[in-house]
Amino acid sequence: MRPVAVIGTGKTQFGAFPDRTLRSLAVEAGRACLEDARVPPSQVEAFFLGNFAGPSFAGQNHLAPYVGSALGIVGVPATRIEAACASGGSAFFHAFSSVAAGLYDLVLVIGVEKMTSQPTPRVAEILAGAGDLAGEIKAGATFPALFAMIARRHMYQYGTRREDLAAVAVKNHANGAKNPYAHMRKVITLEQALAGKLVAEPLTVYDCSLVSDGAAAVLLAPAERASEFTARPAIVAGIAQTSDRVALDEKEDITTFPAVKKAAEKAYRMAGAGPADIEFAELHDCFTIAEIIALEDLGFVKPGEGGPYSSAGCTALAGPKPVNASGGLKSKGHPVGATGVAQICDVVAQIRGEAGELQLPRHSLGLAQNLGGSGATAVVTVLRGA
Amino acid sequence: MKVYTETVVHSAPEAFLKDAPYQIAIVVRDDGSRVTGRILGERVAIGDSVELVESRDGVPYFQKARSS
Repeated sequence: MRPVAVIGTGKTQFGAFPDRTLRSLAVEAGRACLEDARVPPSQVEAFFLGNFAGPSFAGQNHLAPYVGSALGIVGVPATRIEAACASGGSAFFHAFSSVAAGLYDLVLVIGVEKMTSQPTPRVAEILAGAGDLAGEIKAGATFPALFAMIARRHMYQYGTRREDLAAVAVKNHANGAKNPYAHMRKVITLEQALAGKLVAEPLTVYDCSLVSDGAAAVLLAPAERASEFTARPAIVAGIAQTSDRVALDEKEDITTFPAVKKAAEKAYRMAGAGPADIEFAELHDCFTIAEIIALEDLGFVKPGEGGPYSSAGCTALAGPKPVNASGGLKSKGHPVGATGVAQICDVVAQIRGEAGELQLPRHSLGLAQNLGGSGATAVVTVLRGA
Repeated sequence: MKVYTETVVHSAPEAFLKDAPYQIAIVVRDDGSRVTGRILGERVAIGDSVELVESRDGVPYFQKARSS
């Protein structure tokens, strides 16, 4: 296996864009990425598209060649990867694998989702397709409901407080307000977060990530060739994708995601680094409780300590372990298939020192964690400066 | 049978709009296995004992056990 580098990134604004199509968003991000690395589309040797539910949201299937050809990428493998909310991370993992294995040199990854063309109850139904339709979903669960049940159990087992969940939302909104690409650039208070409209008890709208349109792209190359394309490559130091059961009621302990733990262990081992070495992270805060559990599963804190750690400000921009400097899924937005790729873009921007107002002082070793469904897919990536 | 976790769903999917708000729970059966079902009547909390009322279309409906 040979070392792999991210040599280019590109993304669109995240938001609600009624007059944009899935393809136009994906093409915009892909083109920005190729221009960033100064690579013409004709040199791309393989293309992976992370997309969760394009066929349901937009009716279009066969999405990878549909998007690739619009970018000028033809005659090469063009493959769509679906892994629920980890579709983007999984597409990145498979692109990485193909470069690491020596199959190709220049591989493009685009993550995209166009969600806002459907009314909220229909969006909830499409997203529910990432759960167990024959069990939990049939009983009336939605994704917010699954994470609400996770939150209830975490609160019961560890004493995590409503305020701890709200603190995650307040912090991510404070960060996202400074991110020009974010969907909701709005600062919120703890009182607002606590008094939000209930979605699934105890979660309010402020505990839930946004329904967004958007795309993100990265270009991978063997590390030994990175200097041909960029002065500031980011090296994929460690990466792993893992799986688990889809249904929440088949898991032994729902206050932890074993797939995340396992992926983290593998990625840390590959990177020769541990949780204490990670300087900053982009975590999958599809719901506030998910960020708290991610802190625990990644080993940043012990089980049960994610809530107090968040409330104490340890994950804020100025804290010892900044998490979701980008605003996270909560404020930046969560165009499902784009999320895992956007996380990589945001970590790379920090490593390159291009994060603007959100630039962190320590930015040489970062981590991205992408979660699918209620934990059935996890992708953890450790990136470092060259 | 006891409640392992629960939530009251306010923002329902298309198919259950007319039911909202409604409570769902993961219930631990006496043999230790778990199932996700609906709660009828009085709201329940983690640790509460529940009993099966009926199964409709493969979905179990529980209510708070009268003895608890």
